[in-house]
Amino acid sequence: MSNTKYILAHFEDPDDMMHGIDKLQENNIKIYDVFTPMPIHGIEAKLGIKRSRLPIAAFLFGITGTFTAFSMIYYMMVYDWPMNIGGKPAFAIPNFVPITFELTVLFCAFGMVFTFLFATHLFPGRAPRVMDLRATNDRFVIAIDAKANPYPEKINDLLTEAGAVEVLHNERKYVSYE
Amino acid sequence: MSSHHESILREPLITGDNITYAKITDDVLVPVENKPNKAWWIGFTIAALGALLWVFSISYTFWFGIGAWGLNKTVGWAWDITGFVWWVGIGHAGTLISAVLLLFRQNWRNSINRSAEAMTIFAVICAATYVGAHMGRPWLAYWALPLPNQFGSLWVNFNSPLVWDVFAISTYFSVSLLFWYTGLLPDIATIRDRATGLRRRIYSVLSFGWTGSVKSWQRFEAVSLILAGVSTPLVLSVHTIVSMDFATSVIPGWHTTIFPPYFVAGAIFSGFAMVQTLLLIARKVLNFENYITMFHIESMNKIIMLTGSIVGVAYLTELFIAWYSASEYEQYAFLNRVSGPYWWAYWSMMTCNVISPQLFWFKKIRTSVLASWVLSIVVNIGMWFERFVIIVTSLHRDYIPSSWAMFYPSIIDVTLFIGSIGLFFTLFLLFIRVLPAIAMAEVKLLVKSASHQSKKQLIRENKVDKEQAEFYLDSLTKYDSVPESDTQLAKI
Repeated sequence: MSNTKYILAHFEDPDDMMHGIDKLQENNIKIYDVFTPMPIHGIEAKLGIKRSRLPIAAFLFGITGTFTAFSMIYYMMVYDWPMNIGGKPAFAIPNFVPITFELTVLFCAFGMVFTFLFATHLFPGRAPRVMDLRATNDRFVIAIDAKANPYPEKINDLLTEAGAVEVLHNERKYVSYE
Repeated sequence: MSSHHESILREPLITGDNITYAKITDDVLVPVENKPNKAWWIGFTIAALGALLWVFSISYTFWFGIGAWGLNKTVGWAWDITGFVWWVGIGHAGTLISAVLLLFRQNWRNSINRSAEAMTIFAVICAATYVGAHMGRPWLAYWALPLPNQFGSLWVNFNSPLVWDVFAISTYFSVSLLFWYTGLLPDIATIRDRATGLRRRIYSVLSFGWTGSVKSWQRFEAVSLILAGVSTPLVLSVHTIVSMDFATSVIPGWHTTIFPPYFVAGAIFSGFAMVQTLLLIARKVLNFENYITMFHIESMNKIIMLTGSIVGVAYLTELFIAWYSASEYEQYAFLNRVSGPYWWAYWSMMTCNVISPQLFWFKKIRTSVLASWVLSIVVNIGMWFERFVIIVTSLHRDYIPSSWAMFYPSIIDVTLFIGSIGLFFTLFLLFIRVLPAIAMAEVKLLVKSASHQSKKQLIRENKVDKEQAEFYLDSLTKYDSVPESDTQLAKI
């Protein structure tokens, strides 16, 4: 039995890579992940990845900001210390709009981005779990778990046929830990 | 889908032959991965001297107070607020390019958004320093925040546009920074994976461990789209609120309802001019001609022309409304603007902002690099005068003629302004040395659909209508990065 942990197929062209994904799936070979230098639409559907729920998070953070801002201003201007400014009403809703809007945007943006970073396990200083160094440059890389998928030769042939320019059999999962 | 081809009639966004994904990475990272050239050092030295001048002037102001400026009891706002509004306005183009053009799916934004957003952030930093300095006692800046009474004051007055401005500018700055940095993550990862040693470690920390897996790209795109969606009303709100600093007062010349849309149009106008000023030089010095093409330059010129015309209409509307208001103070404020002691500032503004962008109706001027650059500087000057005219001419002759005064800038006023330009360019020059000035991942999306080479391939393979191919090739004659042989059907 070989020590290969992961099989990485390098493609130079995103269309070839899509073709490679189709080929693998026709043959019931499970794909571990795909790494690309740019977003390629359509992979998620092929790999059965669900739609991101970040928009929902963004909405909830935004609405939190709206309520936070409005209640803060209401508390300060109307409840805690109402001021008589030329006899005008303390509860002047139009004047509360700009800051309520700004804080909605602020909460929405920061909440959503931090949720994104948290969910994707991204933070400063995280050791990058890179499987191939060229995947951020010019190669579209399909990773296949070799332990779960026997017959490496067959996988090789399939990938080469689909247009892979290089197929690597790696004994380590990540190359970036040296 | 990546295999999607766009209409042959559309002009290419990437020119040059043999553009591969690897070549884009190599081309964009030249300034980041190599020692700077002479042009950069000369530029950086001048800019850094300017930044030093800024450090001196701001320290002088903090030490002696704002009496160091040329303000007097009639003209209490002058170059400082002019500088503040000018810089905030310049910042607006970056967000417009990155957010509004993303919502409108304008692919030409892909190669200019990164540097335009960086410009936004540096411009807002410059603007913020003016506000900080103008407070007089900047160490008490936290008084503008809603902090409880123990600090010796009541709650801040939420009815005041100045308080709205604190929230607007700080939200704008932090959200722009967030948008910019999120977009940078994949590109920083690219640098990381090509670097070695200490550089790799630094970029590794900065990349947050980005890998480019399917799920991370999916979330990345969702985040970008929603950030664009919230930044679009945000950018409009910021300059609206800046304009309300003036418009909600009762000073004739400031108290006008036209200010919000007029300021927003002016901000986009001046911002695009500054993007043009920076990018025309950057594309030359950094050899980005294939990515920032004549199409980009022409598109930006068209926006400058449009927003310049909106600003022109706003100026004329203001004059008409001043007359139509039948209020003698309002009428005098505008008569004084046009023909009073500051007539030269008003007419400089009119010439630079209203007349000069109209030259872009001529295709020859709009597609000339030199003319675009010169006009972008003219617009920058004009927009500075606009803010100066609005602020100083409205203040210097108030209701009682005995308190009428002129404003003369002190030497510190002048050095602070020149210094802030130095600070801006220092930050920008450092940026292009350490981070990719073009969003590589986004430009790579265009290679298969919107590049000249892919369109040329289609023509060669006879996949497009001949007439349309000729139309396409005709449109390439204005490109300075396409050789003449590539514009004739027979030679393709």
